Amino acid sequence: MPERIRVLVAKPGLDGHDRGAKVIARAFRDAGFEVIYTGLRQTPEQVVHAALQEDVDVIGLSVLSGAHMTLCPRILELMKKEKLDDVLVIVGGIIPDPDIPKLKELGVSEVFQPGASTEDIIAYIRKHVRSNGQN
Amino acid sequence: MSKDVKERSFTTISGVPVNEIYTEPVPDSGKPGEPPYTRGIYPTMYRGRLWTMRQFSGFGTPEDTNRRYHYLLSQGQTGLSVAFHLPTLMGYDSDHPMSEGEVGKCGVAIDSLADMETLFEGIPLDKISTSMTTNAPATILWSMYLTVAEKRGIPWTSLRGTIQNDILKEYIAEKTYIFPPRPSMKLVVDTFEFGTQFVPQWNTISVSGYHIREAGSTALQELAFTLYDGIEYVEWALRAGLKIDEFAPRLSFFFNAHSDFFEEIAKYRAARKVWYRVMTERFHTRDPRSALLRFHTQTAGCALTAQQPNNNIVRVALQALSAVLGGTQSLHTNALDESLALPTEHAARIALRTQQIIAHETGVTKTADPFGGSYFLETLTNDMEKGCWEYFARLDDMGGMVAAIEQGYPQREIQDAAYTYQMAVERKEKIIVGVNDFVSDEEPIPVLQIDETVAAHQSVRLRHLRETRDNGRTRDTLEALKSAASAGNKNMMPLVLDCVRSYATLGEICDALRAVYGVYEESII
Repeated sequence: MPERIRVLVAKPGLDGHDRGAKVIARAFRDAGFEVIYTGLRQTPEQVVHAALQEDVDVIGLSVLSGAHMTLCPRILELMKKEKLDDVLVIVGGIIPDPDIPKLKELGVSEVFQPGASTEDIIAYIRKHVRSNGQN
Repeated sequence: MSKDVKERSFTTISGVPVNEIYTEPVPDSGKPGEPPYTRGIYPTMYRGRLWTMRQFSGFGTPEDTNRRYHYLLSQGQTGLSVAFHLPTLMGYDSDHPMSEGEVGKCGVAIDSLADMETLFEGIPLDKISTSMTTNAPATILWSMYLTVAEKRGIPWTSLRGTIQNDILKEYIAEKTYIFPPRPSMKLVVDTFEFGTQFVPQWNTISVSGYHIREAGSTALQELAFTLYDGIEYVEWALRAGLKIDEFAPRLSFFFNAHSDFFEEIAKYRAARKVWYRVMTERFHTRDPRSALLRFHTQTAGCALTAQQPNNNIVRVALQALSAVLGGTQSLHTNALDESLALPTEHAARIALRTQQIIAHETGVTKTADPFGGSYFLETLTNDMEKGCWEYFARLDDMGGMVAAIEQGYPQREIQDAAYTYQMAVERKEKIIVGVNDFVSDEEPIPVLQIDETVAAHQSVRLRHLRETRDNGRTRDTLEALKSAASAGNKNMMPLVLDCVRSYATLGEICDALRAVYGVYEESII
């Protein structure tokens, strides 16, 4: 039996808007993923540490505070340092259009804006997950 | 695209079944301005006075936001409402490592009294009422506002405004808490006591359902949890020895205006009736003002779509109309671009104009509670009330709201409702125009961008402040604050005021309190 896809749902930044993160985490579980939710206000260091510890295939970052252009690059940089090259990074939240190409250039695979369906996000992960998890 | 009528589910947005027709006679809901106030708290409602048009606003530096306030007032806005940035709400100065990337983004950066002085420059504090959305650090930001008035020679007795100061819904929904519930509740009660004595026209709390709804609750959960939070505050204040009729008239409320038109109107009507009964029957108030539920409304941010954002103008207009028909005392209408960023001036103006159109063109202000007596609406109102009592009984059994929060009960209820709603949208049982139906491509709209120069600006200001203030005095006031917090038997407001007057920063004051009270860690549910 192939291993289940392991996803870290992380909330960096100071905002407490965890509705999206919680809904996504539950939808992932219902889809058969193993989900680790970090809780609120995680520093980039804490997020990457958790990803390492939990040996995840995917990191889903939820940011609604507007700090994504500071927090996401820091997380990606720390991931590089830790050689987490095969971990898929997706971002959700209030991310304005002009920031999307910049985030993708840094290594974010996909950005899901308000209105994205959990079904689409799950399908995206299944298709693009790079490491050992099932396809 | 359109579906057969038989396939549609006939429920409100919260999942409450709606009948084909309502014919049952409903009990008389009385008259506006008379108990139980279902139909409004004033006999003449908007004929006497329109609601306050109060747009929640704040971004960038204090200078940036001060300019926006002057602009909004010049355009006919009648009250101010301050949006602070996240570091301020979480008790960090702008130059704290946790603030990186956040400065000025979700609101205005306020680090000290100096920033508050800039924020209100040229604004007549004795003429304009100001609402401040601050919870965990409410004592500090209120103290800053009071000190700005004091320095200008404006008596506190002439100040009007509101601090949100509703820490319970932070644990339940919005999650911008700092300290654990028990010391936080003490700070809230301290503001009630202080306000009663020294700032009698101030609303010392705005018990808020808005954020509960934004976190995904149903309309009934929003109403029930909010009113029960109100009960919890009253209980704590009474236990601290305050007299009900001295502080109760200054309690105010804040609700969401979501998209289900009739359900929302029923919610506001039921809110007034339930609160009246709670205050008179549970707390035996004597002063009629103690039992009046006055409330602010904001249209639902979570109902805005990032797709085809101009459609949001229409959503906001309809939501705002429900708030007005429900008898709100003040109103914020969201801007069309707020699912993407903080509003541009253009978008903020349309939002304000939406209220002005409702107020001056539609005629809905000319009679109080125009839906009174409607079979449907009176039934919805009664059902909403009944649902509230059921939730109250459950919460009473759990030992009150603080205990229920510690057990994760309201959090779980809201999460379940949020998930149910999302799945209904994904199955297309609920249609959201432009998102899961009627989809079309549109050109992106210009949005407000806030860059990192705000953080640099605030860091310079903070450095200058720490170099030029009397640091000995600052240290003394912070020490006094800490000892009083440890002793736990003094009203903290005078001590916080002293810290503020000595130009202690918000972060320093919160650090002093953190050292004594500790910080709240949420257990993940």
